[in-house]
Amino acid sequence: MKLFDPTEKVHANSRPIWHEALAEIGAANPNVVALTADLSRSVCTENFRKSFPDRYFNVGISEQNMVGMAAGLAMNGKIPYCSSFAPFLTMRAIEQFRTDVCYMGLNVRLVAAYGGIAITGPTHSGLEDAGIIRGIANSTVVCPSDVTMMRKVFHASVDYDGPMYIRMGEGTNDAEIYGEDYEFKIGKAIVARPGKDATIISFGLVLRYAVEAAMRLEKEGVDVGVIDMHTLKPLDKQAILEAAAATGRIVTVEDHSVYNGLGSAVAETLADEGISCKLKRLGIPDVYPSYGLSPQLHKKYGYGTDGVIAAVKGLL
Amino acid sequence: MAEKERLRELNKLTYEHRRSILELAHERGKMHLGGDFSCAELMIALFQQVMRIDPQRPDWEDRDRFILSKGHGGGAMYLAMAQRGYFTREEIFATYRTGFETRFGMHPCKAACHELDSSSGSLGHGLPIAAGIALSGKMDHKDFRVFCMLGDGELQEGSNWEAALAAAQFKLGNLVAVVDRNMLSLDGPTEDLMPLEPLAGKFKAFNWNVILVEDGNDMQQVLDAFESLPPAESDVPTAVIAHTVKGKGVSFMENEARFHNNAVTEEQYQIALKEIEEAYQALSGRYEG
Repeated sequence: MKLFDPTEKVHANSRPIWHEALAEIGAANPNVVALTADLSRSVCTENFRKSFPDRYFNVGISEQNMVGMAAGLAMNGKIPYCSSFAPFLTMRAIEQFRTDVCYMGLNVRLVAAYGGIAITGPTHSGLEDAGIIRGIANSTVVCPSDVTMMRKVFHASVDYDGPMYIRMGEGTNDAEIYGEDYEFKIGKAIVARPGKDATIISFGLVLRYAVEAAMRLEKEGVDVGVIDMHTLKPLDKQAILEAAAATGRIVTVEDHSVYNGLGSAVAETLADEGISCKLKRLGIPDVYPSYGLSPQLHKKYGYGTDGVIAAVKGLL
Repeated sequence: MAEKERLRELNKLTYEHRRSILELAHERGKMHLGGDFSCAELMIALFQQVMRIDPQRPDWEDRDRFILSKGHGGGAMYLAMAQRGYFTREEIFATYRTGFETRFGMHPCKAACHELDSSSGSLGHGLPIAAGIALSGKMDHKDFRVFCMLGDGELQEGSNWEAALAAAQFKLGNLVAVVDRNMLSLDGPTEDLMPLEPLAGKFKAFNWNVILVEDGNDMQQVLDAFESLPPAESDVPTAVIAHTVKGKGVSFMENEARFHNNAVTEEQYQIALKEIEEAYQALSGRYEG
């Protein structure tokens, strides 16, 4: 499939897409309800608020209550989208999500900004979020990987049955990678490019590093495939096993702790199947990231483009 | 004032309820006897008199909802629901708590028991859920009420007060918090552990309507409290704070924090059964006169 060079089409601000997408699904389905906890502008519920004031509820700074109320709304057929920053949704309100929402299998969606390293520092950054949610039964974890996928994720989430965590990033400097339309299906990985020497599997907006690394390696004569694992759970295990069989070398890339995220899920899959495959996991090491612009920090912690290239070469 | 005959019936149902709780503990081991006995009148009043419900249609969209935030009272709730006809007493007695894949676990599970409105167990979760249901009712212009029964100790959880703020803000006059104010939690008196008083003042300060029940183990007073609820269409949520006695009806359990989650010995069972029976006979005698 046609891919843009990820360094060429960079959107300085992708948040208007989230704003629009939430309002679009509000128009498409009258049961969609938006909740936020005093972060409406930051987490992109403003268009929805203006279009559907009767279905918009700002609960103030009270995430536990927001998710508990969302469970109650979902019990009566509403489809609540709870927006906040990743650590607040996945740590402050985690018991409500686990016990009120997932235990009862309710159609609540958490929409998290700042999944991954953010300029706001570790207090506001989702370093462990996807891993936390992944461990909860009945949960689904989705993270769009480029700006074209953001809208698709929101639209696909409306009729999805069960609780869902939608992991967004900072909304700054996100790449447009897919150069043609494509089918987006929750739980179905996208083979962004085939390759026979190694496979990079990425989760979320760091797809740009994976694709850029593959493009640069191609010029050096290394044929690297890229799999876009936009859904961490349910995991497309088949895609992982096929990559292992085809290339025998896998590098995972995620803007998330190396514990419990994509790298762990891929390692579990290979181990469970008894597959011997070279594997290198890239992501946030076991630290609280320092301050800086996120691309600088991705590079510092070894999962920027240079880090991905080095990891692939290390497996060859 | 409820009709005398109806009051008599409700007192009889409450007696049978208390007795069932004791028998279930005797038959199947541990129950949260103290808190089950303290809210017996409230539970029976709600399921038999106050709530607009239909056991044949547990999914009826216009039904009043019941959220047991003090989920450790699950056993008592199942028994009250059985008395109303949702399921049989025998079903509960056959598997309660320890039966493999029972529908009637220690803490309520909606996935296992669809007749329930919600799972519960972890404290401080019920009121936000109830507020969400109440909000959906307002959005859909429904006139059902949402009753949320809370233990007093769980009001130490901050999430309740987040929900209390939201219920006033979103004008949830269809939301009723029923507080089983028995003054004891697992480790002892609430007022020693982490004081809640002035409790009515707290709800009032959160812009709630407050109805105090001086003796929440007196059916007449409980009925009067629920009869004075504002209409579901009103804008102000209501807290019914019912002063009750933990372990009510059994002398050696009353006001004893250690009777939180217990089994009963054969001797305790016989004494308790006798006391519950005698208390009911005395109460009946009072109404005969």
